[in-house]
Amino acid sequence: MEVFVAALTIFVLALFVGFEVITKVPPLLHTPLMSGANAISGITLVGTLVTAGVQLTTFTTILGFLAVAMATANVVGGFLVTHRMLEMFRRKD
Amino acid sequence: MSPELIDLFYLIAAVLFIFGLKGLSHPRTAVRGNLLGSAGMLLAIVVTLLDRRIVSFEVIVAGIVVGALVGVILAYKVSMTSMPQVVAVFNGFGGGASALAVGAALEEALRGGFVEEISVQFTVAAALSALIGGVSFTGSAVAFGKLQGLVNDKPILIAGRHVLNVALAMICLGLSVWLVLDGTSSLSFWILAGVASLLGIMLVIPIGGADMPVVIALLNSYSGVAAAGHGWVLNNTVLIIAGSLVGAAGFILTALMCRAMNRSLVNVMFAGVGANVATIEESEDIYAGRVKAASAEEVAMLLQDARRVIIVPGYGMAVAQAQFVVQDLAELLESKGVEVDFAIHPVAGRMPGHMNVLLAEANIPYQKLKDMDEINPAFRQTDVVLVIGANDVVNPLARESDPSIPIAGMPILDVDQARSVVIVKRSLSPGFSGIANPLFAADNALMLFGDAKQVAMDLMTAVKEVA
Repeated sequence: MEVFVAALTIFVLALFVGFEVITKVPPLLHTPLMSGANAISGITLVGTLVTAGVQLTTFTTILGFLAVAMATANVVGGFLVTHRMLEMFRRKD
Repeated sequence: MSPELIDLFYLIAAVLFIFGLKGLSHPRTAVRGNLLGSAGMLLAIVVTLLDRRIVSFEVIVAGIVVGALVGVILAYKVSMTSMPQVVAVFNGFGGGASALAVGAALEEALRGGFVEEISVQFTVAAALSALIGGVSFTGSAVAFGKLQGLVNDKPILIAGRHVLNVALAMICLGLSVWLVLDGTSSLSFWILAGVASLLGIMLVIPIGGADMPVVIALLNSYSGVAAAGHGWVLNNTVLIIAGSLVGAAGFILTALMCRAMNRSLVNVMFAGVGANVATIEESEDIYAGRVKAASAEEVAMLLQDARRVIIVPGYGMAVAQAQFVVQDLAELLESKGVEVDFAIHPVAGRMPGHMNVLLAEANIPYQKLKDMDEINPAFRQTDVVLVIGANDVVNPLARESDPSIPIAGMPILDVDQARSVVIVKRSLSPGFSGIANPLFAADNALMLFGDAKQVAMDLMTAVKEVA
């Protein structure tokens, strides 16, 4: 129960931080915000790494491989495409 | 590494994510912000790899190499017009990955005989991942298909779909309960993932192309909530914090998009707006004998004499790939001392902020891209408004409160208050909402028929000749 409440506290406080930070992003940058946030949600990669480490059968090895590959594509592609867009906004500054 | 040390590194990663998003509050700091965010991600991944006694490193390395390759290729090959598809694909990957990872963990625990490891926490996380992962994977796939033109982007309305969706949702709920109560078989997990995938298709297929900004934002917030839920049950702080940040971003953007169309989320998701197209007689009533068509030369004269011009770009302009020529036209006018700005409606394009990216790609300085609230008071002092490929967002019918009008109450760009409005469009056909636009028949309005790119080029030539 203690752990549950601690996690809940972190979750709620992080939501507040999220709302504060994200409402300050101008509409101009909403697309990069979305692709950047999407890349951050690829943090599930951390979870997949834990499970992909131990392979007992071919089936779970395949599952683990697919999970790591998809999560990596999400993270790498997400940050790169965001970078590409932001560079376009910067070069006219 | 001790668990405390790992958690400290995770804390640093979370702080980097927050600074990263904070950097996006201005174009000047945005690039640095994105780099900070990616540094946070790298840190979290490296720490995780070092921490766990990872048995088969090869599979992880192979997965990372293949995934990174796919990510890099997609990120650099894609055109800015297809940005919503790409975000949808990445989003689907994220959702799919979390479902597969949890599935793998469940199978390992069952086959390896560690059934005692399957706690209630574990099964709750598994059910959540299967559900959200399944819905966001197929939902994103359908969104991709619609945006890419592989699936009809008109709403596809299946008879009895509400009943079917409720039934699917109930089945998902039942399967989740089964999985939580009985963690000794993975069958419930895989059926749940399958039914959730079907639900994802059913939820997105009745939604039309122009409502995609809402869908993309919503799917994004799902993936954030999924990550947070995942972290909650694994008691992993960086997952919780990152997930709630992303959930908040997706949620705020969903709400903004709905407000920009004056529609509730329920209406966007379930009403199937755009499926019915207005009857022709009705439009003929509004337009009869009052629509004035102009030539490029006439419009060039107007532009030549103007002191202030506002360009209103719509998705039609992007489809015609006219943004580069439009930028050349804007520069030409500015060289003649005309003040030119761009008015961006919040739902212009196929995802939040999409139009800004398309125009930035065409080298238009971001200072010239004005959002709706900023530019609306300026139309009164504007000589010529050039509407290129936009329709519903400048339709004065939106000001009516008649509920039979699909766009009633939607905030619009007040272009009709300018001295003259020139609408560049291929025909008088209605926009996404399927209703006629009385602006086309207004006294101060001129229609300039043709393909956006061709018209912009004709205008360039004509403006040069007038001089």
